[in-house]
Amino acid sequence: MAWKRKDLVSMQDVEAAEIRDVLDTAESMREIATREIKKVPTLRGKTVVNLFYEASTRTRTSFEIAGKWLSADVVNFSSSGSSAEKGESLLDTAKNIEAMSPDVVVVRHKASGAPALLARQLKCAVVNAGDGAHEHPTQALLDLLTIRQKKGHLEGLNVTIVGDVAHSRVARSDIHGMRKMGMTVTVAGPPTLIPAACQELGVKVSHRLEEAIAHADVVMMLRLQHERMLAGLIPSLREYARVWGLSLDKLRHCRPDVLIMHPGPVNRGVELAPEVADSQYSVILDQVANGVAVRMAVLFLLAGSAGSAAA
Amino acid sequence: MSLLLRNGRVIDPASGVDAVQDVYLADGRVARLGKSLRAPAGVTVVDVTGKVVCPGFIDIHVHLREPGYEYKETVASGTRAAAAGGFTAVCCMANTMPVNDNRAVTDYILAKAKVEGVVRVYAIGAVTRGLKGQELAEMAEQAEAGCVAFSDDGKCVNDAGLYRRAMEYALPFGTPIISHAEDGCLAGNWAMHEGFVSTELGLAGQPSAAEDVMVARDILLAELTGAHVHIAHLSTAGAVRLVRDAKARGVRVTAEVTPHHLLLTDEAVRDYDPNTKMAPPLRGKRDAEAVLEALADGTIDCVATDHAPHALTEKEGEFAAAANGIVGLETAVPVLLDRLVRTGRIDLPTLVARLSSGPARLMNLPGGSLAAGAPADITVLDLEHAWTVRPSTFRSRSRNTPFSGWTGVGAPVMTIVGGVPAVSAGDAAASRA
Repeated sequence: MAWKRKDLVSMQDVEAAEIRDVLDTAESMREIATREIKKVPTLRGKTVVNLFYEASTRTRTSFEIAGKWLSADVVNFSSSGSSAEKGESLLDTAKNIEAMSPDVVVVRHKASGAPALLARQLKCAVVNAGDGAHEHPTQALLDLLTIRQKKGHLEGLNVTIVGDVAHSRVARSDIHGMRKMGMTVTVAGPPTLIPAACQELGVKVSHRLEEAIAHADVVMMLRLQHERMLAGLIPSLREYARVWGLSLDKLRHCRPDVLIMHPGPVNRGVELAPEVADSQYSVILDQVANGVAVRMAVLFLLAGSAGSAAA
Repeated sequence: MSLLLRNGRVIDPASGVDAVQDVYLADGRVARLGKSLRAPAGVTVVDVTGKVVCPGFIDIHVHLREPGYEYKETVASGTRAAAAGGFTAVCCMANTMPVNDNRAVTDYILAKAKVEGVVRVYAIGAVTRGLKGQELAEMAEQAEAGCVAFSDDGKCVNDAGLYRRAMEYALPFGTPIISHAEDGCLAGNWAMHEGFVSTELGLAGQPSAAEDVMVARDILLAELTGAHVHIAHLSTAGAVRLVRDAKARGVRVTAEVTPHHLLLTDEAVRDYDPNTKMAPPLRGKRDAEAVLEALADGTIDCVATDHAPHALTEKEGEFAAAANGIVGLETAVPVLLDRLVRTGRIDLPTLVARLSSGPARLMNLPGGSLAAGAPADITVLDLEHAWTVRPSTFRSRSRNTPFSGWTGVGAPVMTIVGGVPAVSAGDAAASRA
């Protein structure tokens, strides 16, 4: 089994059947994490380059582990201490890396559209590991995998995404992916953090947290960057935490079987009270574990040659 | 030198002429129009049967980039691009390096134009020194040197008090003040128009209101001072409403619109092509409809290209990091003829007016008319000429166009400046063939 598509740039591009492929493949990859020897030969001889122009611990590590468990050669390129600091353009860097014949380039960039640009220019597969406020497709896929594991299905579930939707690539990818899987999505936050014409994405918009989370099967809390306060979008972190943070008290508005998710890293005490982050409702660490499985699946579907042994 | 254009459809909006006639040009002027004019000995006769003869088109918003940014464009290459695109005159903006905020720079540009230019070049001086928005430029000397208008285009003059004084100070020169209307605080660190597309693409958007509030302010300042304020590259339905209302009240405000704001919307940004990035950004569908309606009804006085050449390296990378602006001189007339006139969205005489008499009147320029004694500046159109936009053939030094690969029918085929063909039919065709 391999994908027809060359790249994974956005959840807007992919179809429901492709999403199911990733989730099913990821399920079979999860078992590898439990082995004594965490390695299969699936991508032996393949080269994966992690091209990270923006700081990231979790995502880069996750892709690196995913590649290594599949026996790919994984090379990390980060913007500090590299040609990017010497003024080389993104395209030039990419073309130079391509000249070294990688099979997959995983790119994280602060500019929305950078992975699309590379996907057009490079012959190898390009995986978007987060671009600006555009998309973060593997995050959406690991979120879907986590929800499917916990709930047994996706279709018909209500998801509420809370916080800085305007600047969140996770929110955009989740919205596209979840809607394609038949889920109902509500976004909630102060109007200054909800992007223009958001309803046209096919979501409900709420400006009251209690109301937005009342019927949710899943509540996805987004990280609130401190810069939003400096930009005048919210008056203070204190007020944000009080009005929009998910506290134990507010958790009482939720259904008893609610899942609390967060793409990380968590600002404890801002969007998520520590007691909630560590509660039985929280599946944040499952998300991280599933991140490796989903990225193994994506690397396999894009780079696994026909006839290579599946995990 | 004399030239007789035989048997073309002559459209002269200034006099209301639209008829098959001959046009006789002599000594750099229009000598006369008429049926079956006798050709005196020594006159070159050009048969333009089936073609359209118009007053030379004038683009009042062009960045020639010289001095300082010759790698993007020069007076020589920019005026060649203008001629190839059917323009007989251009007005060049002040954001060169050094800025055209003093007589020496104006003199330099106009001297270059005299020697190397192939169409008429008029300079626009800066309103504030260095385009910094802090103190007035020496506008009196610049006006003496030949500046036909003043503008900090590319930047908005944020200080309303200073802008008011600039309008007052320029009153004796009879030159318009051209506004780049963009409230920086509302616009923020934008990459495109704010709307559903910016939300989907995750690019920072500026709302239409960022333009509207400044247009409103500048109309109020025009009322306060009695100055003539011209709104550059008007792009929003809100600004159309404000200008329409102000004109009805007799305020001295005029406006221009670019071909790209008429023909493209923010939907064009979807594949993150930096050639769809400019200031103001491509707006929504309703905005594009509103500016077209305003162009047709005269609320918007003219089409101007905002020809903004940039080198490939400035336009090929990440969208948000790319320079603002696109070239327009060589594509404007063909795309407008095909997409607006051929489709019946605007009639040909109106478009000709917005490219000739409209800009000439508002900038107080000679030309824009075929009356006897007017400069012999002529644009000849072939409404059956099929074209494909091929940036590699541009006369401009730059290639940053969103119209690459577009095909259509109808194009300028001859550009005559002062009675002399600057571009002949074959040349014009070659730049698009």
